[in-house]
Amino acid sequence: MTKALHLPGRCTCDPGGVKMAYGFFTIYWRDMIRFVRFKTLLVSSLLQPALWMAFFGIAMSSNFDRLTAGMPVPAGAHVVGYLTFMGAGIIAMTTLFTSLFGGIVILFDKNWGLMREILASPMDRNHIIFGIGLSGVTKSFIQAIIIMVFGILIGAAFFAGFTPLRTIVGICGILTFVGMFALGFLFLSAAIAISMESPEGLQGVITLLTMPIFFASNALYPIDNFPEILGIISVYNPMTLLITGIRYFVIGPDFVAMGHHYTYTQGDILWSFAGLVTFSVIMFTFAYWRFQKAVVT
Amino acid sequence: MEPADPESPIIRVENLRHSYGDFRAVDNISFSVKKGEIFSFLGPNGAGKSTVINILITLLARQEGTAIVAGYDVTTHPQQVRESIGIVFQDITLDRDMTVREILEFHGRLYNMPDEMRKARIDELLGLVQLEAKKNELTKRLSGGMKRRLEIARGLMTRPTILFLDEPTIGLDPQTRMRMWEYIKNVNSEGTTIFLTTHYMDEADQLSDRISIIDHGRIVITGTSGELKNTLGRDLIYLETSNNGEAVRLLKGVGEVRDITQKPAGFVLTVHEDGTKVLPLIIDTLRKSGIEISTINLKKPTMDDVFVFYTGKELRDEGAAPARALHLRPRGR
Repeated sequence: MTKALHLPGRCTCDPGGVKMAYGFFTIYWRDMIRFVRFKTLLVSSLLQPALWMAFFGIAMSSNFDRLTAGMPVPAGAHVVGYLTFMGAGIIAMTTLFTSLFGGIVILFDKNWGLMREILASPMDRNHIIFGIGLSGVTKSFIQAIIIMVFGILIGAAFFAGFTPLRTIVGICGILTFVGMFALGFLFLSAAIAISMESPEGLQGVITLLTMPIFFASNALYPIDNFPEILGIISVYNPMTLLITGIRYFVIGPDFVAMGHHYTYTQGDILWSFAGLVTFSVIMFTFAYWRFQKAVVT
Repeated sequence: MEPADPESPIIRVENLRHSYGDFRAVDNISFSVKKGEIFSFLGPNGAGKSTVINILITLLARQEGTAIVAGYDVTTHPQQVRESIGIVFQDITLDRDMTVREILEFHGRLYNMPDEMRKARIDELLGLVQLEAKKNELTKRLSGGMKRRLEIARGLMTRPTILFLDEPTIGLDPQTRMRMWEYIKNVNSEGTTIFLTTHYMDEADQLSDRISIIDHGRIVITGTSGELKNTLGRDLIYLETSNNGEAVRLLKGVGEVRDITQKPAGFVLTVHEDGTKVLPLIIDTLRKSGIEISTINLKKPTMDDVFVFYTGKELRDEGAAPARALHLRPRGR
């Protein structure tokens, strides 16, 4: 026993004060440390979207482009290939998966006792939700950019014919949509994770969720010919709202893909974004409720 | 909002009750901890120790009764309680993939310590628990003792008024445990009040100023280690004399002597009261009759004896593996 502690002198911390408003940054900081430290997780999460583009994208586009080649195209329409069309879907899909699994760290923290340190601290519990949200959004941004760059490299016509300014606006628009969508599903994921006991259960619930969200959306095909009920689900599906936004910003407001003519007005885009905001607010409320109720001992 | 009276107890619990469904885990517990002391809850696993500690550290909502920690009610002012306490949890709660330094940094950030103070405290505490050389090591590469030391350092980051230690030496080897006790005593001597739970008799005995024995959610008795042992009134006195037969006959007439057991070369007296007080009387009685005492030995009851007396059993099977293993070891190999 060597050094003496220089007591007394209470911590002049400022919990609940102005600076505590940045408590979520502590959670963010730690989650990002883990993100870059788990090399396999880091590499796989960056490689996975590129592999989707490379394998599924190229395989499907070589088929679909041949099938749709004979379809009549309105005069003067901007025709895009399948790779470009589904590229937007891959960005959305990657964001969905990353976000839904983004809360799993909370479950691990809970099961390994680490959550007790956080819950017994003066930090407001909302900061856990926001911190996890922010780190998930960061990961999704990185992945979205990788898909865009990699997509262009393998021949997707992202931002084709755009001026540099419009490209920048497009990227910002995509990230805004991706960010809002990611937040919604990260909040949902956090809410599920704090309520569940086992990682297996969480995995089951998430798998159950991803299926309808992904396939009842316009990620891989047009939704206009869906049967009625599936059609209604897919129109209000946050995934569809996101993909509509991405396509608007990465392709343009007026194009033909898979023999279907897409036109988006600015109103449509605002409407989609408003839908995503609503979704995220609801999910945050849900997460807030679950976290206030959570007892971790 | 600071405690009005500096002499008032730093932890005050009155009529605390807590149930999980039909199971009453904590049944009308009252106790108080003085500022600056080491106070222990000694009891078998499942006695309700962790429930009490979880209520005091605000992780579990209080159901019934009063719990005041560092002058603040745990229900109405949980934030202030959280700011006043440090905690070392029962199981290791370290992120395996963070470094020693990051663990402390994360904790300091959680409590919103200013950068300068945080850095200074980290260096100071790494010195205190002798982990300076390991500061950039991932915690998964630390030994059990090092992990525990790091957790104690973490508990002290914010200079808490009270440090809660839930089974601080569980699963550690004897040498490491002894070193942990030293750390804990050292921290206490610097002014930090310590509340600890344990199911190790020796830990409660060696470390605490006062002990509450807790069983089935109730406090059975509270006192210093010496007081608890004295309450048994069953000190053992071993004697060898020049005339054992006559000595036994004489001592049977002494009121304080409860029982006499013959041994090969002498005999053992079990006394009602504190043995140190009975001893002069016994020596006098024998001397007056001209009996020479060649050997005399007073044995105080151990904490094990106290525990068995008050809970009516040795440590229960569930979980108390080390103590249990000791009892099961075949005698006389």
